[in-house]
Amino acid sequence: MSETNKTEAVKVGAAAASDEREVLLRVEGLQKHFPIRKGVLQRQVGAVKAVDGIDFEVRKGETLGVVGESGCGKSTMGRVITRLQDPTGGTIHFEGKDITRLNTAGMRPLRRDIQMIFQDPYGSLNPRHTIGGIVSAPFRLQGVEPEGGVKKEVQRLLELVGLSPEHYNRYPHEFSGGQRQRIGIARALALKPKLVVADEPVSALDVSIQAQVVNLMDDLQQELGLTYVIIAHDLSVVRHVSDRIAVMYLGKIVELADRTSLYEAPMHPYTKALMSAVPVPDPKRRGAKSERILLRGDVPSPISPPSGCRFHTRCWKATEVCRTTEPPLAELRPGQRVACHHPENFEDQQPQDTVLLSVAKEAAELVPTEEAAEADGSEENPEASATDDKK
Amino acid sequence: MTELSKTGAAMGEPTSSPSNAPDAFLAVRDLKVHFPTDDGLVKSVDGLSFEVEKGKTLCIVGESGSGKSVTSLAIMGLHRLGARGKNVQMSGEIWLDGQELVSADPDEVRRLRGREMAMIFQDPLSAMHPYYTVGNQIVEAYRVHHDVNKKTARKRAVEMLDRVGIPEPDKRVDNYPHEFSGGMRQRAMIAMALVNNPELLIADEPTTALDVTVQAQILDLIRDLQKEFGSAVILITHDLGVVAEIADDVLVMYGGRCVERGTVDDVFERPQHPYTWGLLGSMPRIDRETSERLIPVKGQPPSLINVPSGCAFHPRCPYADLPKGDVTRTVRPELQPVGSGHFSACHLSPEDRTRIWTEEIAPKL
Repeated sequence: MSETNKTEAVKVGAAAASDEREVLLRVEGLQKHFPIRKGVLQRQVGAVKAVDGIDFEVRKGETLGVVGESGCGKSTMGRVITRLQDPTGGTIHFEGKDITRLNTAGMRPLRRDIQMIFQDPYGSLNPRHTIGGIVSAPFRLQGVEPEGGVKKEVQRLLELVGLSPEHYNRYPHEFSGGQRQRIGIARALALKPKLVVADEPVSALDVSIQAQVVNLMDDLQQELGLTYVIIAHDLSVVRHVSDRIAVMYLGKIVELADRTSLYEAPMHPYTKALMSAVPVPDPKRRGAKSERILLRGDVPSPISPPSGCRFHTRCWKATEVCRTTEPPLAELRPGQRVACHHPENFEDQQPQDTVLLSVAKEAAELVPTEEAAEADGSEENPEASATDDKK
Repeated sequence: MTELSKTGAAMGEPTSSPSNAPDAFLAVRDLKVHFPTDDGLVKSVDGLSFEVEKGKTLCIVGESGSGKSVTSLAIMGLHRLGARGKNVQMSGEIWLDGQELVSADPDEVRRLRGREMAMIFQDPLSAMHPYYTVGNQIVEAYRVHHDVNKKTARKRAVEMLDRVGIPEPDKRVDNYPHEFSGGMRQRAMIAMALVNNPELLIADEPTTALDVTVQAQILDLIRDLQKEFGSAVILITHDLGVVAEIADDVLVMYGGRCVERGTVDDVFERPQHPYTWGLLGSMPRIDRETSERLIPVKGQPPSLINVPSGCAFHPRCPYADLPKGDVTRTVRPELQPVGSGHFSACHLSPEDRTRIWTEEIAPKL
């Protein structure tokens, strides 16, 4: 799948934004705030800004990967674009139709086209229903009578995802994690959806099984022409499956680019830090890593996100402008959108602003080699900055 | 299985074992941990041997159910506690600094636990007591083994929290576990584990529940602390990336047994077991452009009640038919040296293994 898309993305270059491929899903200014209520009157005292204004589009036949640390809003985003939760702001267009405010009845016909695969293969299958019952539920709910009957179709689906048709009458507990995930995939594919949103589809599985499911999703995409939005925290998996990747931080997309540009020349410091933190399964690289960025501290709270650029409390390049002004998500290079005042691998957007914030000096540790890590082994604590600065 | 299984309830006398104490700091010999259940005997660990020296890190890798965690709990003597202890059959030897633990008196093991050996668990939220402050729990761990007053112990707790990089440790010491973020909780647990300067630290999937950025912090911390204290570390993980970052030696487990053991270079550069190849092929890599498909291991991990006959991996092994006859299905392969300090339990001939690895597997990684 990916080889062609990739070369295409590079070739199309300037026209990447208006790729000839049709836009299936367009999201603009999407917000999801969860109110925090307190007191007898349950007055709203604040909000968890899980998703706070994001824009992107998903084109037909592609895979959009969404990565970020836990709490960055990626799962909420997945639930909002499938309308499992209602957005508090912004719009969602599916095939050109505004689905932001559709009610349950209005959404029902669209449920065929948008399906979801969940993370936990244990929690997402009803233990009291047979596999046949679970996978045929979409047909019952939508009143669809497939050719040759429901049972035959379900058995075909089970075969499609690598299970045996004899599993029809079994219960979820009889299956292993990987097999359950296949059942979840069969259910999602039952109605031939156009868009499949997969929230951490493989993170609960063992590596060898993970590879089986990744390959399966890959095959199904080619066979059925599916469009995927894959939400995951594992950057290696996302790199493997995605054509384009969105990096989220505290409810915002900080970088959105095709896979090659993102992994080879990440522009947002956060993307860079995130990727340098991924352990590489190659012991020879241990000392050879040219530059490793070790972010300090944790992600700030989405209840009161930092002003300006949300990453400025942990960024080693943060300056005054980062604290005061929020950088727009701008297309700096064709097909690569970045929200940063001082991007990596690109010219500075705010060159006049050079004085680093005091937190920036302590925000991250740049570890050039193993030896350096050894040398400064004892200074470990100036982490206070990251978590407490925002107050 | 051998019938010298001891149940936790029947306490053995301090050892009079025939074999002499080994030189290695920690030596595990033919360890077996079996759990009788209604469905049959679960052979979680079935004949495992390895050694760890001080200052070295051994990574144990394998899929869920391969016996990694059971091994670590066995070393800590945690299988023999409480009601669970009545239901476990353990045999073999675990030598920690010249002392045998499997047959040792549980009280003796209790004195060692926390002081000589300590453990970090995967999920710090459930491993810590929600009703007690973080400081209290560290103080408790310290006072069990040291005859000091609360004030001194508290000072020690603050010192440890500071050492593991908790900001404002003198305030944080009075926080409850839920007031910490995931990464900080894991740091606090490391502080708790290290408060008595143990010489053996066992970390069971210490970073699995954490984000990559925090994972990098924690791995760095473990590495730094190991350098500082010179302790032996056993790190259990399923992530080969983590292994490559931190291990000196690697032990690959499958179906309760070791299938390959060697230095980190041995295992990544010249792995000698088809299961290790499978693990390497299953991993998507962030450091390489691959548009090729992953090479998964087919099938499912084995049941530990009905472990496949012969080589436990044979139903999933693409090369099971290569050795002559049905040796892979009938004879259980023993660990054989395949290089200096490098062992593999496989029926394939060395020539076949080298050929398959260099010609078929390595080019695709």
